[in-house]
Amino acid sequence: MNPLELADAQPGPAFTVTFDGRTIEALPGQTVAAALWAAGVTAWRSTRGAGRPRGVFCGIGMCFDCLVTVNDLPNQRACLVPVRPGDTIRTQEGTGHDG
Amino acid sequence: MAERPHLAVIGAGPAGLAASLAAAVHGVRVTLVDAGTEAGGQFYRQPAAALGARRPQTLHHQWRTWERLRTGLDGQIAAGRIRHLPDHHVWCVERESGDGGFGVHALVGPMQDDGVVVRADAVLVATGGHETVLPFPGWTLPGVVTAGGAQAMLKGGLVLPGRTVVVAGTGPLLLPVATGLATAGAHVAALVESADPRALLRHSSALAAQPGKLTEGARYTARLLRHRVRALVRHTVVEAHGTDRLESVTVAALGTDGRVRPGSERRIPCDTLAVGHGMLPHTDLAETLGCALDGTDVRVDDEQRTDVPGVWAAGEATGIGGAALALAEGHIAGRSIAARLHGSAPDPRTWAAAARARTRLRTFFAAVDAVFAPPVGWVEQATDDTVVCRCEEVTAGEVRSAVGGFGAGDLRTVKLLTRAGMGWCQGRMCGPAVAGVSGCTLTTPRRPLARPVPLGVLAGVSEEGLPALSEEDLE
Repeated sequence: MNPLELADAQPGPAFTVTFDGRTIEALPGQTVAAALWAAGVTAWRSTRGAGRPRGVFCGIGMCFDCLVTVNDLPNQRACLVPVRPGDTIRTQEGTGHDG
Repeated sequence: MAERPHLAVIGAGPAGLAASLAAAVHGVRVTLVDAGTEAGGQFYRQPAAALGARRPQTLHHQWRTWERLRTGLDGQIAAGRIRHLPDHHVWCVERESGDGGFGVHALVGPMQDDGVVVRADAVLVATGGHETVLPFPGWTLPGVVTAGGAQAMLKGGLVLPGRTVVVAGTGPLLLPVATGLATAGAHVAALVESADPRALLRHSSALAAQPGKLTEGARYTARLLRHRVRALVRHTVVEAHGTDRLESVTVAALGTDGRVRPGSERRIPCDTLAVGHGMLPHTDLAETLGCALDGTDVRVDDEQRTDVPGVWAAGEATGIGGAALALAEGHIAGRSIAARLHGSAPDPRTWAAAARARTRLRTFFAAVDAVFAPPVGWVEQATDDTVVCRCEEVTAGEVRSAVGGFGAGDLRTVKLLTRAGMGWCQGRMCGPAVAGVSGCTLTTPRRPLARPVPLGVLAGVSEEGLPALSEEDLE
């Protein structure tokens, strides 16, 4: 059993996006965080101070731990932003403004 | 005929929906402003429409109540009495000069880079609550998520955080989270609850008033047994291990003094820890409006009115008590608002059943609060090098030296000395932790902007429409 089977989900066709250059599959309706979790990715930010990895924590847009760079725009909350075909998702280093 | 009075409801969870329906049925024009892409709030969080879920009810309980709310909402929207604004993130509500109405300022869309203002004669604050997580070594590792977050990602995105999950902390949320994850295919290696739920039996008056809650608990427990989930009562997670992601947790038994029993530690391998220590009301918007609080809860009277004329509140914002209490409070608020906006005093007999449910559920959740308190020893578990403020990476040691070395005596001073609570989340995640580690009373800091607002949106707001900002607010 997986959640898609449990809820009898019939999403539209899967599409591809890239995460740090690697191609992953995503489903219409998923957030960036859901697509990354489904691909087995749990970290996509390193902190400004200690450079420690972070990913989803609160899952509802409150904690800002899941910040990520999507299509060159940093500081997007992965748990809120819908994933779109062709998205370029990158691990956000620090503030995400260092180039 | 005069135009119908206009109510803005903030939050489309159980409280906001019940209030919207009650008010709309009784002659009020309602605008339902909600951050979610679908109505339902956290409790009835729906899978994204594009996922095409044909059986979302398998992820929920009390589904029939949701169907009634959904049908009611659809009917009122079709009749033009309710306008639903999803994906609208309210950052400020203010009283407008002149006519005594309100302006509800929201950012639109997932990028939240554009603003709108909804003007209304009255406001219902149904903003819900958020989970509290207390810190322990390793809690910032990827793979450690909040219990509610794991559930939200499952309900909304139909994804699991990992394969092998430990659910831990305290509170009535852990049981549904563990059963939900197990039903969806995760291996739940353990449910670690620091309280002893049997202590609820001592609050016999509270339980006698809510026999349904015992059945609900029994149903979850049966499902856990079916999935062979090991329940460790009076246990706590003392550390999460891993280098770049979670690999295992150490759990330990708690003594009667609420502290870890030496020698009882054992490791459980897992790739996910879903952890929560109860919930806190979400009160930013009510506070900006000047509503008084009782402790951490928005203060309301029997009609769910706050002490600010024209502002009502219902649901978790007025005290954590779950969906059924939120529905009762929302219904009462909607009836009261409808009467008051038409210039008459409401007749409480029209909501007698909801009022009785409200009394029973408040009694029950007072007992729940007493039983599911975090173990007193959690502060000692947060070692000096444990990060407390996740945004600003402030450690427990830094908070302790702000108190011990610099004599900070309140949360604001601790924040100014350490930056704890100054980051993106504005102290929402670390407030209770910093209060516990510093020994200061937990107070809600004033947050005139309830979420980060682009300067372009702020610049578009007329001057008298802006809340008074101090330099600290703009940090």
